[in-house]
Amino acid sequence: MFRTAHVLAGAALLATLGCATSSKPIGAAGDAASRVYVAPGEHDELYAFMSGGFSGNVTVYGLPSGRLLQQIAVFSQYPEKGYGYSEQTKAMFNTSYGFVPWDDAHHPQLSITNGQADGRWLFINGNNTPRIARIDLTRFETEEIIEIPNSSGGHGSPYITENSEYAVSATRFALPTPQEDMSIKDGKFGGMLSFVKIDPTTGGMTLAFQIHVPGYDYDLARSGKGPSRDWSFFTSYNSEEAKTLLEANASQKDKDYIAAVNRKAAEACVAGGKAKNWNTPYAHNRVGEDGMARTEMIKTQKVLEVTDCPGLLYFLPTPKSPHGVDVDPTGEFIVAGGKLATTIPVHSFSKMVKAIADKAFDGDVGGIPVLKYEAIIAGEVQNPGLGPLHTEFDGKGYAYTSIFISSEIVKFSLKDFTVVDRVPTYYSIGHLMIPGGDTEKPYGKYVIALNKITKDRYLPTGPELTQSGQLYDISGDKMKLLLDFPMTGEPHYAQALPASVLKEKSQKTYSLTDNKDAYATKSEKDVKVVRQGTRVHVYMTAIRSHFLPDNIEGIQVGDSVFFHLTNLEQDWDVPHGFAMLGAQNSELLIMPGQTRTLTWQPQRPGVYPFYCTDFCSALHQEMQGYIRVSVKGSSVPLVWNGGSGTLGK
Amino acid sequence: MMTWKRWPMLAVLGLALLSGGCGGKDDDDKDKGKEREEHGKEETELSAFELEHGIGPVKEPIQLGAIDKAMAATGKSVFETKCSACHKMDTLYIGPALGEVTTRRSGAYIMNMILNPQEMVERHPIAKQLLAERMTFMANQNLTLEEARAVLEYLRTQSKNAPKP
Repeated sequence: MFRTAHVLAGAALLATLGCATSSKPIGAAGDAASRVYVAPGEHDELYAFMSGGFSGNVTVYGLPSGRLLQQIAVFSQYPEKGYGYSEQTKAMFNTSYGFVPWDDAHHPQLSITNGQADGRWLFINGNNTPRIARIDLTRFETEEIIEIPNSSGGHGSPYITENSEYAVSATRFALPTPQEDMSIKDGKFGGMLSFVKIDPTTGGMTLAFQIHVPGYDYDLARSGKGPSRDWSFFTSYNSEEAKTLLEANASQKDKDYIAAVNRKAAEACVAGGKAKNWNTPYAHNRVGEDGMARTEMIKTQKVLEVTDCPGLLYFLPTPKSPHGVDVDPTGEFIVAGGKLATTIPVHSFSKMVKAIADKAFDGDVGGIPVLKYEAIIAGEVQNPGLGPLHTEFDGKGYAYTSIFISSEIVKFSLKDFTVVDRVPTYYSIGHLMIPGGDTEKPYGKYVIALNKITKDRYLPTGPELTQSGQLYDISGDKMKLLLDFPMTGEPHYAQALPASVLKEKSQKTYSLTDNKDAYATKSEKDVKVVRQGTRVHVYMTAIRSHFLPDNIEGIQVGDSVFFHLTNLEQDWDVPHGFAMLGAQNSELLIMPGQTRTLTWQPQRPGVYPFYCTDFCSALHQEMQGYIRVSVKGSSVPLVWNGGSGTLGK
Repeated sequence: MMTWKRWPMLAVLGLALLSGGCGGKDDDDKDKGKEREEHGKEETELSAFELEHGIGPVKEPIQLGAIDKAMAATGKSVFETKCSACHKMDTLYIGPALGEVTTRRSGAYIMNMILNPQEMVERHPIAKQLLAERMTFMANQNLTLEEARAVLEYLRTQSKNAPKP
């Protein structure tokens, strides 16, 4: 009896230790914890780049751990990094509407070579004031943003082509093209599909041409691969051209269209002078060799009318208000997510080519041939669930579609289009992402659900709750939930690639010797303060753990003081920060070897401190200085310490 | 009825589970191995060479002859960009005065301190002592071997007893 009691006590003790089996989270695989465990100091298997949605950022996560590694500032001012506040980065937000310091980041796309992510750049679109940004993946910094003219709601973007020749963009909201003052109800609106050429060496973007299309809402896009490499596909809804209460009025017809664009035909027409010059201004912002972002305002663009370029564009009828349009790794299947449809239609590229050759048309819309649905369809997935949106591929003959209304992922076979597995998501999945699952050679192994709503999944945080990513193992026949983690903004699409592609080329510092900033100070002996009227340039350095100069006198109310701060460090992970009392912008965060400039307009006489914000050493708290501000016209001379300065000598 | 023979086995099983935690993967052992390795590194005694010439990529004494003026000029420009923010010649600044450093330390020691400061302040008794006094790390400015050698040549010119070029 005594012994038995001990055994029971032992068993009870073991139970209270809480090994996973007794408190398994809903839906998770039994060995989930060990499958996503990355030991302290170990690295993740994959980098994942998630759209930060309305935060305007891109977030970088490690998979399978779901650990947040970095936030890349793209379409929003980001005071932590001084992005959009420092003189070097302000121009990134210039548009034809002026300084627009926010946008809604949607679809990240890794650059690809031969249909596979090459780890050079990440492109992402801004939806609100249509733009495409390019992020350099050695530095994880935004280097270029191009505005897309004659567009609104740049949603179907950037969806690049097989060898990163182009990023595309489609206007989601039909509008007067070109813009003019007209009646909403009676005005004739148009749409625009844009092709942005990507320089194969620098990644630099130029707007090559635009295609003027009927005024539907163009939603999402994909460019083809393999046999379909010369084509890009755009879904549209609201072929009813409703302008009010689209919720009901844009869902009248049984079918809307996928626009299939033959890029080669477009290129030939543009080269043959068929495009017209339009004159809608747009901004192109790019970081130069000296680290300074500059804006070029461009005044014209080439626009093709479909009727001037036969063979350019065909409509693929597709039920019903289709959302996603995704091309499988072989380039043959074009899967449409008919968000209000009861099936998932899968078009065949080879049938489409044949239908075009056979002229199997169901009439035309504004000169655009409409292909016969029966002539192009490869199959329809029956009973996929309610609200199919987006599809990714595992490279093993299966497709995975996110189902919004019924909150699930369905897996179906590309052989017979039957559903073979389904799992719930928590909750309201939008996009989903398989690493490389949109390329010719998917990495597979995982699928991540990007959920809009989390309701009861985490500790509540007031009215606004986080969005989430959910990681599923797809290596077996059945999908298994492994991990559930919170995400920033509304995570739209995402991309991932093996860590080995990127991690060795991650840049550690900027070379001080190669620093080409016009105001760089490469040695303490060169620090100085220069007055030009009411503009005062401070050439300042930072190294562990002091600024030089750190005492300046002779600044006056009404001056604009430019702190040009160069970080003299040449070691990894030693940025310095700079914060100035009363500055009406942000801090600076300066990477080793880099120069950044903050502008300060002193308002009242006195002595004002500045300090380093990024903990840099045991003497970080000592990294501080003072500036004396006198009244306008004061006789206090301009003096400083360090370099040629005389203060303290 | 349970016998005495089986009870100790259960106890052992219980202990194993306790110490293994929920993961119980061999990753734990890997971590321990790593810790041991790191401890082992610290405990290793320095060789006579390392005590005199420091720890780093320079494994042999540097032979010093007449001053190489061109090399010293290169060293001066590297020093001004990457070192002068913390070191002066005649006075303690952020780091020690370097005017007479070549009379205090060997050429190889100076180069190893430039090229491998992290390990030097962790393991070399002199560098450890200096860190304890100054409380600020010698920054690794990522000089190349050639640049460090040139800085050494420049530092030689700064000594009162500098050899003639």
